[in-house]
Amino acid sequence: MSIRTEEMTLNMGPQHPSTHGVLRFVIKADGEVMREAIPDVGYLHRSIEKIAEKVGYHGFMPYTDRVDYVSAMFTNQGWAMACERLGGIVVPRRGEYCRVIAAEFNRIASHLLSVGTMGMDIGAMTPFTHAIREREMINDLIEELCGARLTFNYMRIGGVGWDLPPGWREKALAYLDHFDPIWEEYNALISYNKIYVERLANVGVISTQDAIDYNLVGPNLRGSGFKWDIRKDIPYSVYPEFDFDVPVGTGEFGTLGDAMDRYMVRIREMRESSKILRQALNRIPDGPVLAKVPRNFKPKAGECQVRVESSRGDMGWYAVSDGSAYPWRVHVRTGSFAAMGMINKLSRGLMIADLVTLIASLDVIAPEIDR
Amino acid sequence: MDALATYQAVKERFGAKVLEINEKALDPFMVVDPSAIVEICRFLRDHPETAMNCLTNEIGVDYKDRIEVVYELYSYPKRYGVTLKVKLPRDNPVVETVETVWKSANWMEREIFDLIGVTFQGHSDLRRILMPEDWPGHPQRKDFVEPMEYHGISTVRDSPIIRMEADRK
Repeated sequence: MSIRTEEMTLNMGPQHPSTHGVLRFVIKADGEVMREAIPDVGYLHRSIEKIAEKVGYHGFMPYTDRVDYVSAMFTNQGWAMACERLGGIVVPRRGEYCRVIAAEFNRIASHLLSVGTMGMDIGAMTPFTHAIREREMINDLIEELCGARLTFNYMRIGGVGWDLPPGWREKALAYLDHFDPIWEEYNALISYNKIYVERLANVGVISTQDAIDYNLVGPNLRGSGFKWDIRKDIPYSVYPEFDFDVPVGTGEFGTLGDAMDRYMVRIREMRESSKILRQALNRIPDGPVLAKVPRNFKPKAGECQVRVESSRGDMGWYAVSDGSAYPWRVHVRTGSFAAMGMINKLSRGLMIADLVTLIASLDVIAPEIDR
Repeated sequence: MDALATYQAVKERFGAKVLEINEKALDPFMVVDPSAIVEICRFLRDHPETAMNCLTNEIGVDYKDRIEVVYELYSYPKRYGVTLKVKLPRDNPVVETVETVWKSANWMEREIFDLIGVTFQGHSDLRRILMPEDWPGHPQRKDFVEPMEYHGISTVRDSPIIRMEADRK
């Protein structure tokens, strides 16, 4: 006897715990196997780019936090760098070091959330609590630095808002001494767990060619075995002064470019961030942290592109000035937007349960897609 | 090769299709004829000296008298990028899609279509992406006026201070 099968249309989201924000998928499935998953985005669209045209250069800084609230330091830095490039402002060296320190702590916090929720999405609850515990401590440090735990608003055009508080440097170094062994503990707990590896390996394989063609960036691109990091390859800020490696996917657990590779890249990047932080905290020079920028900042007419390596990869800022106190046009190209554009292609032939793994391994953040 | 040498090479190859080369801008760019954009993009991607294998960014800008689409290309093998622009009339902006050259253009062109209102000919899936399907107009246009309500939901709210004072009375 033959069994009749037919295509089934399923709705996933917008309120679904694994979608990391508000995302919706229309899934066409044949049994457990997907024919395709069509992403429906825009639930978090606030038109932040349009707001920039109304609030001016300085006033836009707190809004940039909301572009990617998990790693707001990078959106701050991207906007500040775009304005500095338009206005020809030089940031003092101590200001640049403060930026790097804040940003790298933020990268560890963001990656911790990513690898923690990765475990939770596929059913391992404990690693999430471990990751969040570490992230809380970083949040405490950053709170002491700028008064906020999530939407930092720490950077300014021309530097950073506040210098490091007294005694903060020692606390930060002590945290890194605590973090390095925890990193090993976390790996022992989950990364090499047999069930975990089985769930991640060979899922959502992205070839290097496809990753470039679809403009994947950051850990997603490096997970496909392509060594590219804006901090190394198009250097900005004071990153050339630090010694660190760029981890890439090797396909050690399955195929090159699978979910496990992307996960391992994030795990190893936290180690590299810790290395950068130690060097930066030990070598931070004295001096001012903020350049003199007029309150009524009016860069001359022109346009510029700036690229920053955020925790979700190359973030491209494009700003047009018409010579007035308000930007004419601002545009942010984010890593999550590019990654979501590829989901439809990757989902074909995948099990429905693996879609959750795929989304988590691409580390998409909904506000960053929608802006 | 660097960006400026690439612009000269494209000008030699395509002649009058290259309308302007701006060398003084912070990021030098080249304005090309909209009818030749796909041809030039494919040339830049396939030529071994340029090898622009990635479209990193595609942006629409409304300048009140015209609409510009900005293409930021990057070559991972040659490690440099170029910027192309097309200028389109504001009342009927139409340009051919570059989705056939780089896959990443698909979503970026949908965003430009949605927010600026540029129609990309030959695009495989030209739908609104961020705004609802039935939203009137294109929000990133300079003359866009936000409707007062959407399906009976008001888009404006009293200032909390005004509301507080009204409650007190």
